[in-house]
Amino acid sequence: MTSLTDTPFNIAGRHFSSRLLVGTGKYKDFTETGAAVEQSGAEIVTFAVRRTNLGQETDAPNLLDVISPKRYTLLPNTAGCYTAKDAVRTCRLARELLDGHNLVKLEVLGDDTTLYPNVVETLKAAETLLEDGFDVMVYTSDDPIVARELEAMGCCAIMPLGSLIGSGHGIQNPHNIRLIVEQSRVPVLVDAGIGTASDAAMAMELGCDGVLLNSAIAHARDPLRMANAMKLAVEAGRDAFLSGRMPRRQSADPSTPFADRING
Amino acid sequence: MSTSNESIHLTLNGKPHSLAADATAADLVEQLGLSGRRIAVEINEQIVPKSQLADTHLTSGDQIEVVHAIGGG
Repeated sequence: MTSLTDTPFNIAGRHFSSRLLVGTGKYKDFTETGAAVEQSGAEIVTFAVRRTNLGQETDAPNLLDVISPKRYTLLPNTAGCYTAKDAVRTCRLARELLDGHNLVKLEVLGDDTTLYPNVVETLKAAETLLEDGFDVMVYTSDDPIVARELEAMGCCAIMPLGSLIGSGHGIQNPHNIRLIVEQSRVPVLVDAGIGTASDAAMAMELGCDGVLLNSAIAHARDPLRMANAMKLAVEAGRDAFLSGRMPRRQSADPSTPFADRING
Repeated sequence: MSTSNESIHLTLNGKPHSLAADATAADLVEQLGLSGRRIAVEINEQIVPKSQLADTHLTSGDQIEVVHAIGGG
């Protein structure tokens, strides 16, 4: 069998084999988190930074014991930040937490109903983080002009939403995602909104370089099986994109030749 | 024994917290039972690298954040 080649998937100068990035939120426990992440084949794994619960069991398991920084490329997020200032502080804390690792997922939210990105604050935060030496993968709206600005500033990956975070509504505006893909020279990943495997495949068929998702796996009835489905969907979507789909036609075109039929 | 010089009052993860007057950030981490744990410390919105915790003296009014990793997307 011929082995199929692909262009390398690089983020900030690092090479990755898997184009699926997964989060670690919403799982029932760390055991399930670890198993789902492993099943997904993801190499880049997101997490959040929060105040340590003081005065409680200090020997309680830590997420980073399950998702080891030695095995995975950890991607701290700035979820829950509504201002550029808080997002920058969070990234600096994360960098200290990870001994200087400087790849971050920047997200600055607009409100807690939509969790829609506040692009004004996102642009401000990106500028400060880039000056401070971070590699910034940025969660943003599916506005191609904002995406272009973020790329021009130096963000290492553009991550437009497919639909609202945690909504599972899939890709609501594939045309915008395609516009962003076509104009971008850094990787484009759909981040947010993926609900099931076909959504992830669609993102890849649109030409995205990768997909970042969390709830679609964590909130599936069987997270491990969905993790596997997402892995396959991202691979399938990528191959479908690279293979160049057939043109759509207005009328039928038989796959079986009409010639030499017995009914003359 | 008990003079106001012997303890300092600071804000730790948003809550009041008292410590001996000569305490360092490393002492605080130790007192919290977090030595050797994967945490990050910020004092007055400035990161304090692990290597500097023992040399960082705390003063009354300091705003301290101690954070760790949790699940997130």
